[in-house]
Amino acid sequence: MTTEPLWEVFIRSRRGLSHVHAGSLHAADAEMALRNARDVYTRREEGVSIWVVPASAIEASSPEEKDSFFDPAGDKGYRHPTFYHVPEGVQHL
Amino acid sequence: MTKGLTRYLLALGDDALVSSQRMAWWISRSPQIEEDIAMANLGLDQLGQARSLLAYAGEVEGNGRSEDDLAYLRDERDFLNVCLVEREQKDFGVAMVRLLMFSAWQHELYAALTGSTDLTLAGVAGKAVKETAYHLDHAEHWVLRLGDGTEESHLRMQAALDAEWPWLAELFDNSFVNEDLLLQGIAIDPASLRESVEGRIAGVIGRATLARPDVADALSRGREGRHTEQMGYLLAEMQHLARSHPEVTW
Repeated sequence: MTTEPLWEVFIRSRRGLSHVHAGSLHAADAEMALRNARDVYTRREEGVSIWVVPASAIEASSPEEKDSFFDPAGDKGYRHPTFYHVPEGVQHL
Repeated sequence: MTKGLTRYLLALGDDALVSSQRMAWWISRSPQIEEDIAMANLGLDQLGQARSLLAYAGEVEGNGRSEDDLAYLRDERDFLNVCLVEREQKDFGVAMVRLLMFSAWQHELYAALTGSTDLTLAGVAGKAVKETAYHLDHAEHWVLRLGDGTEESHLRMQAALDAEWPWLAELFDNSFVNEDLLLQGIAIDPASLRESVEGRIAGVIGRATLARPDVADALSRGREGRHTEQMGYLLAEMQHLARSHPEVTW
């Protein structure tokens, strides 16, 4: 039933990590979207938490704005924290 | 006693196996692709329950029959599942009403069996009780939406409920359960689940604006191995490969 609204699915794979976009699906409402997400995207123990967001609620950047949005960051190496030493044992950095 | 336990395990295992086979029919036929996957998940949960129960039944029986032997090489009269789960369900409303009934019963049953004095059975129940909680949740959400949906969906859900209701009573039939199993705390008397299961179902159908059917119980004797006409066709499909190509693997 493609008349049902589209939802974007975000999965947190384990505690301490962020929710990451996993994909999208159709569902009539938020509760069903959450259940569909559980069935479609966490079949192989991929997650401990799920968010579903109406796709219509997402404002996306446009490919036409690519130059003005992203290119200016290209030559600013001083923004990268390459002058620090990462302490041993720190994960997910 | 051994015979009684084997029979009890076969009955519960056959319920899960036959229901699983009916659930699998929905793959590629559900109202949405997301539901195809959900139905497959639910069916595979039930298949997992069936495998554990049938494997254990074979072990208790002591004649060297494996789970596959029991699933694929028994004939219709040897299957002890309730007739509720064997009948065709080519209407999505029927599938959801039946899942509501069956999972409500399975959930109460497995919750009680987690306290079984048979530790293998308690272990199987401990795993299954989480699965059936989700099955029940899934069925409940669909019954609510379709029952309290459009005029058309409401009419079809009421028809589905009326058609399934007569087959509910057999879930509470305790004539096949050996009394020693009850005395020793191994098995659960299905009749003792009736109030809680019917209460749970009644709560959902009430919220779904559906009426509790006023219909007589069907003459349902699956626990004695006496099945409806559709059972033979189900077994033919389910067992064909294993019987035509013995020992086949892939």
